[in-house]
Amino acid sequence: MSTRLANGGRRIDRTRPVEFRFNGKRLKGFEGDTLASALLANDQMMMGRSFKYHRPRGVVASGSEEPNALFNMGEGGKFEPNQRATTTELFDGLSVTSQNHWPSLEFDVGVLNNYAARFLPAGFYYKTFMFPRPAWKHVFEPFIRQSAGLGRAPDKETLDADTYEHFYFFADVVVVGGGVAGLQAAKTAALSGAKVLIMEQDPHWGGRAMVDGEPEEGFVQRLVGELEGMDNVTMRRRMMGAGVYDHGYLLGYERLRDHAPMLAGPRHRLWRIRAGQIITATGAIERPLSFAGNDIPGVMLAGAVRDYIAEYGVSPGDRVAVVTNNDDAYRTAIAVKKAGLEVPVIVDARAGGGGELAREARGMGIRVENGKAIAKVTGGKRVKSVKLCAQAGEGAVLEEVACDAVAMSGGWSPVVHLWSHCGGKLVWDEAEAMFRPDESRPPLNQNGAGFVRCAGAANGALDLGAGLADADAAGKGAAEAAGFKARGDTLPDLAQDDALPIEPVWMMPQGAGPKLRMKAWLDYQNDVKVSDVQLAAREGYESVEHTKRYTTLGMATDQGKLSNINGLAILSDTLGQAIPQTGTTTFRPPYTPISMASIAGEARGEIFQPVRRTPMHAWHEANGAHWEPVGHWRRPYCYLKGEETPHEAVSREIRATRASLGLLDASTLGKLIVKGPDAGKFLDMLYTNMMSTLKPGRCRYGLMCSENGFLSDDGVVVRLDEDSFLCHTTTGGAERIHGHMEEWLQTEWWDWQVHVVNATEQWAQVGVVGPNSRKVLEKLGGDVDISKDGLSFMGYTSGKLGEFDARIFRIAFAGELSYEVAVPASQGRALWDALWDAGEEFGVTPYGTEAMHVMRAEKGFIMIGDETDGTVIPQDLGLHWAISKKKEDYIGKRAQERTFMQSSDRWQLVGLETVDGSVIPDGAYAVAEGENANGQRNVQGRVTSTYYSPTLDRGIAMGLVHKGPERMGEVIDFPGTDGTIYKAKIVDAVFYDPEGEKQNV
Amino acid sequence: MRRYSAFAVAREAARYHTGWERAWRSPEPKKKYDVIIVGAGGHGLATAFYLGKNHGITNVAVLEKGWLGGGNTGRNTTIIRSNYLQDPSAALYEKARSLYETMSQDLNYNVMFSPRGVIMLAQTEHEVRGYKRTAHANALQGVQTEFIGPERVKQLVPIINLEGPRYPVLGGLWQARAGTARHDAVAWGYARACSDMGMDIIQQCEVTGVRSEGGKVTGVDTTRGAIDCDKLGMVVAGNSGPLAEMAGFRLPIESVALQALVSEPIKPCMDVVVMANTVHGYMSQSDKGEMVIGGGTDGYNNYTQRGAFHHIEETVRALVETFPMVSRLKMLRQWGGIVDVTGDRSPIIGKTPLGNCFINAGWGTGGFKTIPGGGWATAELIAKGEPGPLAAEFGMERFIEGRFIDESVAAGVAH
Repeated sequence: MSTRLANGGRRIDRTRPVEFRFNGKRLKGFEGDTLASALLANDQMMMGRSFKYHRPRGVVASGSEEPNALFNMGEGGKFEPNQRATTTELFDGLSVTSQNHWPSLEFDVGVLNNYAARFLPAGFYYKTFMFPRPAWKHVFEPFIRQSAGLGRAPDKETLDADTYEHFYFFADVVVVGGGVAGLQAAKTAALSGAKVLIMEQDPHWGGRAMVDGEPEEGFVQRLVGELEGMDNVTMRRRMMGAGVYDHGYLLGYERLRDHAPMLAGPRHRLWRIRAGQIITATGAIERPLSFAGNDIPGVMLAGAVRDYIAEYGVSPGDRVAVVTNNDDAYRTAIAVKKAGLEVPVIVDARAGGGGELAREARGMGIRVENGKAIAKVTGGKRVKSVKLCAQAGEGAVLEEVACDAVAMSGGWSPVVHLWSHCGGKLVWDEAEAMFRPDESRPPLNQNGAGFVRCAGAANGALDLGAGLADADAAGKGAAEAAGFKARGDTLPDLAQDDALPIEPVWMMPQGAGPKLRMKAWLDYQNDVKVSDVQLAAREGYESVEHTKRYTTLGMATDQGKLSNINGLAILSDTLGQAIPQTGTTTFRPPYTPISMASIAGEARGEIFQPVRRTPMHAWHEANGAHWEPVGHWRRPYCYLKGEETPHEAVSREIRATRASLGLLDASTLGKLIVKGPDAGKFLDMLYTNMMSTLKPGRCRYGLMCSENGFLSDDGVVVRLDEDSFLCHTTTGGAERIHGHMEEWLQTEWWDWQVHVVNATEQWAQVGVVGPNSRKVLEKLGGDVDISKDGLSFMGYTSGKLGEFDARIFRIAFAGELSYEVAVPASQGRALWDALWDAGEEFGVTPYGTEAMHVMRAEKGFIMIGDETDGTVIPQDLGLHWAISKKKEDYIGKRAQERTFMQSSDRWQLVGLETVDGSVIPDGAYAVAEGENANGQRNVQGRVTSTYYSPTLDRGIAMGLVHKGPERMGEVIDFPGTDGTIYKAKIVDAVFYDPEGEKQNV
Repeated sequence: MRRYSAFAVAREAARYHTGWERAWRSPEPKKKYDVIIVGAGGHGLATAFYLGKNHGITNVAVLEKGWLGGGNTGRNTTIIRSNYLQDPSAALYEKARSLYETMSQDLNYNVMFSPRGVIMLAQTEHEVRGYKRTAHANALQGVQTEFIGPERVKQLVPIINLEGPRYPVLGGLWQARAGTARHDAVAWGYARACSDMGMDIIQQCEVTGVRSEGGKVTGVDTTRGAIDCDKLGMVVAGNSGPLAEMAGFRLPIESVALQALVSEPIKPCMDVVVMANTVHGYMSQSDKGEMVIGGGTDGYNNYTQRGAFHHIEETVRALVETFPMVSRLKMLRQWGGIVDVTGDRSPIIGKTPLGNCFINAGWGTGGFKTIPGGGWATAELIAKGEPGPLAAEFGMERFIEGRFIDESVAAGVAH
């Protein structure tokens, strides 16, 4: 059984017991435990079920590489699936349930898959489930979906109860990993004066050295103390380097409250770091060995076994068999023995056995078998024994050794993930049987120079002394590359390990037959075995990427941290090629999964995308605004009074405006100031019209096209003075058009003397619309002349309107006498209130975007986004009058000269009047006779805007129709999606006041 | 080719699966082929397949510089839909979708086409009008879609938050017979079928030059030697620009990184595919249980197959807002591919300035869903030397004429 030892456990505090729940059972651990160590201490070796065969699974590792021990954790708004027990710090009240089983962890119906495993090899689903055809969707797939999936889905209606935040950081040198190599590299770099950040994913500094021995007594504590004393060093624990991106961009994932959810504050903090240089001192991960039954609970990595003993005072078993192909695992045997437990045998696959450590183990009386292998582990939910055989043979059993745990070591693989994320290349180290970073091919920064270097075990320097020296050199190199004068630190004098070399063992025993290979696991979570990889190779899935995708090797939540090297070695063996020729799959961020919530950060709910508010926003809110999102703004669609529907409100607003007086908050309209001696010349290129001839104090409606000739925005341009223009854009277009202007100025016309400022939010603007609009403005008084002659149609004036500093434009989008009054944003609300008060006698009515749309449609004015959709040119809309014939060029002109743009076959703008007065549905098409070559019904036009007009009390519409203007009076058919045919007559697009008498009073 | 079936699996189980044959041969290149297709991605392999199946041309080589299906075919979010707005697009994408329906049976390889349905959310009045327009267009194009209200959206997607404070869901465009398929299997299934017809799929064979004589293509230089051909098909997505340069012409294409990510696997919680264009994100759940999430394209050109993190951030934000439970999931992996984007975001299938050299490119973010349709149309083009009705509008000359097929009208972002 696994149990808590009487002594030991550097990390735990035995005076502080912690209570937690596992599958409803109350269990006890200590502060400092991980969930995994606490479960082991309670003899809970079995922690989950595998993905495909639902086999019982125990914990294998002690760190972030753990593939098996994943749990549903917490409740309600704090629930989270797939929490890794080995990196979950225990806290009082922690509650987990095991995953992927029904009805219980002990008795799982899904294990039927295990008994049928022989019929379910890699990729079996590509070969089956094809008949009958509908069965895939209705029978097979639902079954597969249900049996896959691991953790429970969080509740759909419960909101995340935690908060998250982003943090921005800049450093000359960032060190990822706080083991001895990382600490040393950070210190050496920091001594140069460089600004250094060092992060460690674990709660403790020191890494493996704390278990396997520091360079000298107190080394880690001393280094940590020194770094803490340096002003130019920032240190963070519980923070993982998640990903390396181009240009020295690095993501740090800090888990602030996972270990203490009862404390206030954000749960995770995502660090967005720009680093001059990055040092990854991320250590190495131990590899499992591939023998039959290597997935039975109780089979663990050798390093993990001694971690549990040394760090947590937990024994994984009473009798621990050790199996290895290298010297390091002997440390586990020695640690187990020293903890007072039994080591029945050390199975060393190397014929010559191990070095100094092996002698020490033998000296302690441990039996060592060289040249031997494990043929098979017996047991179901727990290891019972190991059957030994010769490594060189086919697995003939020599003897059976009883044990309840197996510590295995297939050697160590440097953690090269962060090195590889941004293109760092690897080299295969034959002697150490591992991929390590190829220093000559690092990830490159914006200057073409390397910006990541590795240090210590991550760089392949597995020996402690070599690792320290390597880290010192990395710290120095990084500081120098970041522009500092650096020198190496004084290092402890360490003798080299007297270890005998590793011997690669990819299959145990070497000649294992198909039966054993079908029980030798590579990827624990996804149930990929040696036989599966061999099957993939046999079937031609020879690329390592094909093998991965065909077998799902390395695609589980551990992303192949334990399985990749073993898998590609088996693949290489099967194909008879060298390992480097096979290569690795691509390493992608993040290093281990990071919470989606941390990526989203603070931006959720109301501040998901900040709402832009006009100065009058609160008034609208208080007066029944029915909101519509427009860009990042919210605009009133209409204002609801009493019980009326939006449709009724819109009609009321239109009638009131046309009869007397309406107010529109037009502050969201884009307002770009274009200024400079070349401003006129610049606008002549941007607009299809001539703008340079506009007189100061006058307004002109202008059109803007894309390079491809399509209409992209429109608005009124005002010449404020000789060298300044105010360009109004659509509400949604302000930022886009500003960007468009800047792009042309910066890339093509950089020598023109023009600058552009987006003043949209600096001005509040109110449309004062209707026959009484002049009267209400006159009531406000001031020094501006807004009389019929003083401010003629399309005129502009500025001055005092009452107390306000106003710019007044006499323009009309609704077809009535109307003014747009702009004041500094700070005066916006006061102006609105003043107009409201002054307008009371005229029955002033605020109106929203929909009334604005309907009124402009009644007048036949186009709307960007309705009449245009990125495929329409001004000529389609009958806007030839707004296209200057005198100008040599404007953006889009050349494109508009292309044959299809010039064709008389284009659809053109007309008005549409339904024969029965009904409203044509949005988006309807006009059908023509017959079908095209692809069997689609021929069409001859479409509706672009369609409304009920309260003014005319009938449906009106605008549309683009094939040769429309030549077909006035013709009736065409618009089928609705429900089968109704709407018959509409082609008419002029101006439905209201075609002579313009209303606006010219 | 031995057929795949449950019986075959049972038979092989008896002998520990030692009797399976290779899914496709791995031959040495011959001196000459009738047709060489460059690029063994989905479109290249489908082109070869339909050259054989529809036109009886089987002396074909498909050259691949890496591993087959290793480009965008193996990197996309596997969505298949045909609710496009413009007639030529709807015809092509619907052809592809309908071929997906029977692909597993046609290829005797289970590509797991799952018509689980796709919803495109409408979150502004403008989007509502846009999708209603698409529904009208689709009805006339023979594509079955409908505009549905928020209650129906919630019924189909229980995990959605309709009443997000920022952009409430106003409805959506629903295509019930749209869905997903297993992307790798599509490439593998076609490769197996092509190989079975006697075609040579040659991996690890990079084209280094295009040879021509008198304005007509005569063959290619490769890292495995020169290979002659009568006709050449270029089907290399993100690398179309460099390949066209070898053949002496330029393309109206920009190559940019497009990213995607998956969550850790969880038990089934969402059966349909949801796309939210206003907030920029889309999501489905794979049969393994991962939430498969697609983002946007980078704003600058590159060939690195990785992208900038801020797009991941933007996408995840959008999804956390749309599906609050996503907040408690973890991102397992992010990756990128290089998509080839044209001026109107529609593909190019057509002749090139070089005689007997044809191109299929510019799929942008919509390549996977059109694999069978694109292959069908490209095969017809290569076999007959002229485009058939499916490809007729997609020639490069449309950029000279200004005859765009612009789909960004309907979908603000990725399609």
